[in-house]
Amino acid sequence: MEFLRPATWREALAVKAAHPEAVPLAGGTDLMVEINFDRRRPEILLDLTRVPELRAWRAEPGAVRIGACVPYRTVIDRMAAELPALAQAARTVGSPQIRNRGTVAGNLGSASPAGDAHPALLAAGARVEVASARGTRTVPVEEFYLGPKRNALAPDELIHSVVVQRATGPQQFAKVGSRNAMVIAVCAVALALHPDTRTVRTAVGSAAPTPLRATGAEEFLTGVLAEGDHWATGRPPPPAAAARFAELVAAACSPIDDVRGSADYRRHAVRVLARRTLDRAWRARPRPTPEGAPA
Amino acid sequence: MRLTLTVNGRPTSADHVWEGESLLYVLRERLGLPGSKNACEQGECGSCTVRLDGELVCACLVAAGQAEGAEVRTVEGMAGPDGELSPLQAAFVETGAVQCGFCTPGLLLAAEELLARAPHPGDADIREALAGNLCRCTGYENILDAVRLAASRAAQAPTDPNGGPDHDR
Repeated sequence: MEFLRPATWREALAVKAAHPEAVPLAGGTDLMVEINFDRRRPEILLDLTRVPELRAWRAEPGAVRIGACVPYRTVIDRMAAELPALAQAARTVGSPQIRNRGTVAGNLGSASPAGDAHPALLAAGARVEVASARGTRTVPVEEFYLGPKRNALAPDELIHSVVVQRATGPQQFAKVGSRNAMVIAVCAVALALHPDTRTVRTAVGSAAPTPLRATGAEEFLTGVLAEGDHWATGRPPPPAAAARFAELVAAACSPIDDVRGSADYRRHAVRVLARRTLDRAWRARPRPTPEGAPA
Repeated sequence: MRLTLTVNGRPTSADHVWEGESLLYVLRERLGLPGSKNACEQGECGSCTVRLDGELVCACLVAAGQAEGAEVRTVEGMAGPDGELSPLQAAFVETGAVQCGFCTPGLLLAAEELLARAPHPGDADIREALAGNLCRCTGYENILDAVRLAASRAAQAPTDPNGGPDHDR
């Protein structure tokens, strides 16, 4: 085995171009487990943690760019205002030790359907900037997940950063597990209100082969909110509509039975979480302006 | 490969380190520091918890090469040169927070990091900070007592040269 530590991004891309089999390493919270248990023996470990630009994050117009080696701890400490759902999801990752090492880009690289960041990225709106020696491209996060532990990276590509839209309204993330720490999600839901476009986005993790947006449920709720003039009045959506929304979110899932929970339980729990995140997000909305208030 | 790092303030190196090896293996098997314990090897139990450049990490998930040039703090660095226990270690002993002792090194490192960051932690802070460290003996109550005791003593003796939980960081 070789252990390579490029000092620059250019050097990292050159290594990956010459050795597509090289496995990128950041926090090690997934990869080192596989090596410790001898499930995987990469020929080359490509440690990216010395590349300065991957350790940086910065605000961009309407978004926050998170370098591939930025740990969850930083998302929690520094980005909770701009990226509330992602920060909430980050707080549920593993333990303090894991959050000091694990990264959002690592979640994307592993592409486990249970990764905590995924629903938050999908609900907020995000794109993944990937690069190779051939050039850079941007992949909408919806198109990044191809299957369980499969993603849209070409063999010579590395994740450079994740660009997440800055919240324009309340966001919520909720996850079911057997305790608060060290839990792989049984299922998880994120929901974001986007008052600027008067839309709602919601996404589910651990309840299908990939993380997914429940677009049918989003369209239904967006329609309900427009029809009832809820954005202007601030009135919550009618309970029957909220319940229907939750059913549609659950219906978008195709969960499996496994050691963490049955498919039926997951569908049920997703429905509960969808309703809960909607209620919490709507309650957190700022009061509507007087001109939008009912006469 | 050869690995050079600083452990508990002392520069050290190890030869013939396998590239896929963890920092935990290096500490225990190559540097003769078995205080950090090896249990789950997947970041679930916290018994291998160390500080890596000040950050609390599971040593089993850090590739050895990632610790090149780093400062590592392990439980072996806590007691004084003559073996006198640090205030936090003493609090663990006094409150009966140690039974089999396997989880203790990791819990000490996690508690020390908490007290450095939040000298007067509430119970929720303590629980959150120790959430990544499993103990199968004590039921945790005595461990919480130990952290509360160490925090209250540090508050009473803020000038104790040995009392700052981070005195040699």
